[in-house]
Amino acid sequence: MPDQQIVIHVNGSPISVPAGCTLSAALLMASAPCRISTTGQPRTALCGMGICLECRAIVNGVPHTRTCQTVCQEGMRVETQS
Amino acid sequence: MKPADVLVIGAGPAGLAAATAASRNGCRVAVLDDNPAAGGQIWRADITRPHQEDAARAAAIAAFHTSGAALLPGRRIVDVPSPSTLLAEAGGHFETYRWDRLILTTGARERFLPFPGWTLPGVFGAGGLQALVKGGYPVAGKRIVVAGTGPLLLAVAAHLREYGASIVTVAEQASTLQMLPFAASLLRSPGKLLQGAGYRRTLGATPYQTGCWPISGQGDEKLRSVTLTNGRRTWTVECDLLACGFHLVPNTELAQLLGCTLQGSFVQVDSQQQTPVAGIYCAGEPTGIAGVDAAQVEGEIAGLAAADCDPLPTRLLARRAKEAAFSRRLTHAFRLRPEVLKLASQETIVCRCEDVTFGQLQTRSNWTDAKLHTRCGMGPCQGRICGAATEALFGWQPTSVRAPLFPIPVAAFCDESSSLNAPSAR
Repeated sequence: MPDQQIVIHVNGSPISVPAGCTLSAALLMASAPCRISTTGQPRTALCGMGICLECRAIVNGVPHTRTCQTVCQEGMRVETQS
Repeated sequence: MKPADVLVIGAGPAGLAAATAASRNGCRVAVLDDNPAAGGQIWRADITRPHQEDAARAAAIAAFHTSGAALLPGRRIVDVPSPSTLLAEAGGHFETYRWDRLILTTGARERFLPFPGWTLPGVFGAGGLQALVKGGYPVAGKRIVVAGTGPLLLAVAAHLREYGASIVTVAEQASTLQMLPFAASLLRSPGKLLQGAGYRRTLGATPYQTGCWPISGQGDEKLRSVTLTNGRRTWTVECDLLACGFHLVPNTELAQLLGCTLQGSFVQVDSQQQTPVAGIYCAGEPTGIAGVDAAQVEGEIAGLAAADCDPLPTRLLARRAKEAAFSRRLTHAFRLRPEVLKLASQETIVCRCEDVTFGQLQTRSNWTDAKLHTRCGMGPCQGRICGAATEALFGWQPTSVRAPLFPIPVAAFCDESSSLNAPSAR
């Protein structure tokens, strides 16, 4: 694993992840869904490459951010999107 | 406006080869990609093993950088404002790129077929889970079922095992009989044969079950078990994750928006990899699912052709012909059995963006009818996932492609530089 760890906030809770980690991977580590579907189901990343859009979440206040194509930055705040 | 003689869309194996060839032959070349780094999907960088480079990837990227071509990552093409420009979105702002020659190397995505439980957290695409693991998701100690179809399954299973996952089984829907000619033909491609043998070695005693497919996933908030069948017997295995994909479908949306015609599901190209639209070339998976070796050779041909190199080296043309034959055997070996098209129950969600069920779609007559009455295909993925599924399940052909190609912030419509706010916007 890379030496450097950084801290991000998933639904308000801090979590330490390796530098360079994609945000969708960090959400999985935190057992947090990326989004809640139109009928209320929790969803996590499916395709892993920014095509299916199941990975979208609220990142630093910006909704619909594709977490599979976003690299974690120190202090980043991500929330499950509903 | 940022000038570039040759613009390449996609920095995977085909795009890197195309850009390198065009740049070496005097063109000014820029490559746009929507990912944060070069490599595409198959050569996606692994953040947990930065020093363990794939040799082919390292060589291709080194050659690319030496050639002088520019890489512009994190950019997603959303529109075609005029016949010789593209509009890209990058982190919320917009850029216009002009081109003299355009090379489309937009790759492929996994085909997903709906079955009960496929929307549960813990269920991923096969390549999808591999991408997440390369992005830092740890799978050590996790029990994983790998299922679906295609050569990717074995590669993914071997990769996950290297990361300490316990592979419960690899369930390949194609029968041994169906795959036999493909397996035999690998003897003519020693590189591919060795690669396959390597995966098998890594997997050790892990079962690789052919003629076997998943029929459901169980769990409340997340996956707990997967039920598999071989058509005669049905059994359930406990697991933490399911990595499931049914081979690949090409990404042709941008080509279609540019007016390139399709031949079947693929972008039509001539011997120079040129599409029927003047100045636009296409290489790699959008022209036929054939894998990384084909992508590289087609990309090189497209790059040379875009740089007006004539005649093209015969060794390249011969290699392309060999890879085309491999592609045909691949398609034949991993064709879908009818049973995997009948896995969805009435309640199974087919369109994940809009939560449209199989039952709702069953009564619709075509793609447009389904869209109008159920919103299937009208969510953020714009039918990229459910379109391939409904094509396989119902034979529906997706209709026209429209801009923006991907969802973009509403602010884009207020941006004066954006073509999307023009009165003539599609």
